[in-house]
Amino acid sequence: MKVSVDEDKCCGAGSCVLAAPDVFDQRDEDGVVVLLDPEPAEHLHAAVREAADVCPAAAILLGDRA
Amino acid sequence: MALGDTDHVLDYPIPSPAALEPPAEWAELRQGCPVAHVRLPSGDRASLLTRYDDVKQVLADPRFTRNLDAPDAARIAANESGGVFNSGLGNALPEEYHQQWRRMVGKWFTAKRMTALRPGIEAMAEHLVDEMVAGGAPADLKAALGFPLPVWVICDMLGVPESDRDKFAYWSNTLLSLTRYTQAEIDAAQAEFAAYMSAHIAATRANPGDDLISELITAAVDAGHVMPAEALLATSQGLLVAGHETTANMIGKMVGMLLSDRTRWEALLADPTLVRTAVEEALRADANPGFGIPRYITEDAEIGGTVIPRGTTVVCNLAAANRDEDVFADAAELDLARTPNTHLAFGAGAHSCLGQSLARTELQAVLDVLLRRLPTLELAVPAAELERVDGLVVGGLQELPVRW
Ligand code: HEM
Ligand code: HEM
Ligand code: SF4
Repeated sequence: MKVSVDEDKCCGAGSCVLAAPDVFDQRDEDGVVVLLDPEPAEHLHAAVREAADVCPAAAILLGDRA
Repeated sequence: MALGDTDHVLDYPIPSPAALEPPAEWAELRQGCPVAHVRLPSGDRASLLTRYDDVKQVLADPRFTRNLDAPDAARIAANESGGVFNSGLGNALPEEYHQQWRRMVGKWFTAKRMTALRPGIEAMAEHLVDEMVAGGAPADLKAALGFPLPVWVICDMLGVPESDRDKFAYWSNTLLSLTRYTQAEIDAAQAEFAAYMSAHIAATRANPGDDLISELITAAVDAGHVMPAEALLATSQGLLVAGHETTANMIGKMVGMLLSDRTRWEALLADPTLVRTAVEEALRADANPGFGIPRYITEDAEIGGTVIPRGTTVVCNLAAANRDEDVFADAAELDLARTPNTHLAFGAGAHSCLGQSLARTELQAVLDVLLRRLPTLELAVPAAELERVDGLVVGGLQELPVRW
């Protein structure tokens, strides 16, 4: 799984951090998403999918292991 | 006659059969009339959206805003100005500055910050539960816990004294009036609210602390720019209102839903790790979130298979969308473990709720504390006797009588 984020779209609501704290964080200055791990381990995939699903701005993109 | 025929105009909001239940019309509209003609409390017309995909599409489209200040936009509320959605609060911040504003204010609401606030929120919840218990059963959980907790949190964040909370409650109710208050009452209350907040902002400018308002002032000064007084006023009034009414009501509705079928409460007692998903499910299943979210359509747009002409005011019924069977399996049932739960209770897109991490943290903290401290909690009246708050843009229960 490959994860990417679109900082311009991000509205800083932090839902991704609540769902998958090992993979997402937010910048202290403005709350914009920080991707901690673009290729998360298998056991985190469900949480990452949930984060992408609940992101209100559709700012989290998931790709297959290319 | 089918609901929503062109010559059939529904009055909106649609009355509900019971405090925690949705009106039967929602399912019929989703099925047969996803873009329905409705008459608002003001008498003006609008189009009502009830399907998940349509609601999400409109909310996420940056061309459509909630600034209902165009001459042909519908007025919402029964009083002359049309209520909060037609007021200056929503308009003090031009759309161009919106993202900048979100990012300035957003740093106060990051998930990390909420995790740091959580022990304080739980301690306050414990304290309020102690006081409720000391007062003896039955008690109104809304007055004892649901209301004071979020007010305390937001007052602390804004640096305003919590002792003024009765004033805030009145000001905020008048601002959120659909039908309850007259224009004169609303104007008088809003003038007082603005004067109170302006004085607080002036005092904060002179003597900054470590609250949100102080930091916004400093950040703008650092950027070589005086934060416009109007924008600061709108921000602080907006946060005070957004920060307490919605969450206060949601605490009451969530606990009400969980106790109305006590097997739900017992499932949580047996497995408290369900608290996080249970909070999301309560947000999804909330059949009484209030008016819904309006949007002014600025360009012709295809929505739900029809073209909605520019100049239309649409109302997105988030609660009806959250019960759409095409998106949520067994949508009418409460599934405390539902994952993922892509409900729209906080809206969607660039304007989605800025305070959602805070709201989630408060709801989770309340539930954790109640399960721990009052495992025997139950409703003190039959669920069918719970009554709704009426005549406001936000929905809630009048009271939540409980015993333990
Ligand atoms: C009525 C609403 C507002 C208006 C008309 C307005 C106007 C402006 C203008 C014209 C600038 C550019 C100034 C310059 O470059 O010298 C600016 C910059 C700025 N504004 Fe506002 N503003 C508004 C609301 C806000 C709000 C609500 C915030 C923060 C919460 C804010 C924070 C800032 C900051 C930090 C800058 C400097 C940005 C930078 O230099 O990168 N403003 N504003
Ligand atoms: C359960 C509690 C809450 C619910 C259900 C809720 C719901 C919503 C919804 C649906 C919107 C979107 C409005 C739109 O699209 O026009 C919104 C926006 C907003 N909410 Fe909340 N909210 C809650 C709690 C809070 C809290 C605790 C705060 C802050 C302290 C807050 C601050 C805001 C702000 C500032 C906006 C406007 C965001 C923008 O326009 O960029 N809300 N809320
Ligand atoms: S959930 Fe989406 S919008 Fe919110 S912080 Fe994460 S990436 Fe940004």
